[in-house]
Amino acid sequence: MKIGRAEVEHVARLARLALDEEELDALTAQMDAILGYVDQLGNLNTEGIVPTAHAVPMENAFRPDEVLVGLGEEKALQNAPAAEGPCFRVPKVIE
Amino acid sequence: MNSKYEIVIGLEVHVQLTTASKIFCGCSTRFGASPNSQTCPVCLGLPGALPVLNRRAVEMAIMAGLATRCTIAERSVFARKNYFYPDLPKGYQISQFELPVCVHGRLEIETEGGGKKSVGITRIHMEEDAGKLLHPDSPAAGSVSYVDLNRACTPLLEVVSEPDMRSSDEAVAYLKKLHQIVVYLGVCDGNMEEGSFRCDANVSIRPWGQKEFGTRAEIKNVNSFRFVKQAIDYEVERQAELIEEGGKVVQETRLFDPNTGMTRSMRGKEEAHDYRYFPDPDLVPLVISPEWVEQVRLGLPELPEAKIERFVGEYALPRYDAEVLSADRALADYFEAAVAAGANPKAGSNWVMGEVTRALNAEGIDIERSPVSPQMLAGMLRRIDDGTISGKIAKTVFDEMWKSGKEADAIIEEKGLKQVTDTGAIEAVIDEILAANPGQVEEYRSGKEKVFGFFVGQVMKASKGKANPAAVNELLKKKLNM
Repeated sequence: MKIGRAEVEHVARLARLALDEEELDALTAQMDAILGYVDQLGNLNTEGIVPTAHAVPMENAFRPDEVLVGLGEEKALQNAPAAEGPCFRVPKVIE
Repeated sequence: MNSKYEIVIGLEVHVQLTTASKIFCGCSTRFGASPNSQTCPVCLGLPGALPVLNRRAVEMAIMAGLATRCTIAERSVFARKNYFYPDLPKGYQISQFELPVCVHGRLEIETEGGGKKSVGITRIHMEEDAGKLLHPDSPAAGSVSYVDLNRACTPLLEVVSEPDMRSSDEAVAYLKKLHQIVVYLGVCDGNMEEGSFRCDANVSIRPWGQKEFGTRAEIKNVNSFRFVKQAIDYEVERQAELIEEGGKVVQETRLFDPNTGMTRSMRGKEEAHDYRYFPDPDLVPLVISPEWVEQVRLGLPELPEAKIERFVGEYALPRYDAEVLSADRALADYFEAAVAAGANPKAGSNWVMGEVTRALNAEGIDIERSPVSPQMLAGMLRRIDDGTISGKIAKTVFDEMWKSGKEADAIIEEKGLKQVTDTGAIEAVIDEILAANPGQVEEYRSGKEKVFGFFVGQVMKASKGKANPAAVNELLKKKLNM
């Protein structure tokens, strides 16, 4: 087993996903299969190869430090589930 | 302070960079704008928006790294730090994890005993700031918080120290040093009230002689040097008491409350501290060539330590003067501009540390806005040097320059403050005084030399302070001893 049910539950909680028993079972099996599949990469000899998160060998994509016009508050708030005045509104966050 | 335990402190400082635009988008970083007016799809975390790294922010990171004697990483990588909080629109913060931009630096601080101590810097990494939460006080607003995302995506450096500090005073000395350096470099405005320079303190204690560190508590967001000291002192006491009573320190995040001077647990936020960092696929690796580092190094401004040495060597200033002037880059620049305009260095230093600073403090303004320019100050000092005015009259001239913005020469002329060096004129005054006070003249001549001071005072008074004191002394002696 690459991944157990407890771990799936933990990851689901971190991702704020509410899963029922059936879904947990199904996902545990699926994730285990996926991880097993990806694990085949472990058979390759990767000595001396730098880990990368990109398929294309590219580096240093920069932008100059220039201010551009943004969306403006009206558009910024347009899709907000809740807003009040110029702000997004959320349930009270306890500090 | 409980002396049974050794205190161990490590600091994490968030330094907000002074770029014009945000770290991954072109929105302005200006403080105090109307909420959410400086936002775009990238910093709002809208689907499909892609971050692009601000080159200037990288340069500033290199500057800070060089100034703290770090190694600049040839290759660094941005990573996602995943957690949910309403001030974080994407559900992750773009930061650096395994491969930060700077590593293994150090800062020299001065300890309470006056000695030097090197504090290690583990790493400096680049990251974006989160937005700001506003909590309405009025009960009418109900149970809500408001979110302003103007600050989201503002560039930060996180400077992580080694757990090398052993007292709250050392922690404050380190912070002040770091603060001074980033402000000198111009990479941070240093405004702690606006959150441009914020500190988290990791504090633990251990019995003297014990090798292993004790369990630490992390105190969040302490936004003044004084509060850092208070928070650490309180935390040390709390941990010592806990251990003395047979309890255990729990590893946790605590919040300092400036109103009570105490720290309190923030357990609520602890639960999900599993950040699942992974390289951000939206951003390509950052590669900094040795040539780039050299180019930045050449552009570095002179740092305080080097400036102090130079002021001592070049201007023959006492070390104390050099340190006071160099504490603030703008003050040092002002002083040097005055010297460049012809001021005698020691006199210039005295005036900058004295009258200029006093006047600035009295009005609560920065030296950049001083109504008396360095050139004006130099112009006035020249008139002391050439005997046109006395040091005492100079204070009047300075105050007048401050108020009116006029040059010293114009003020001296207008107000008739020119020192009287014409011996004929002074002699006439002396003759008058001596004639009016025959008793005192007799006393002096019979050996009571103390009366001399009385005559000097009378002559100066009669000349409204404008008589050249040296000339007065000389002429008085001559006449009295006749």
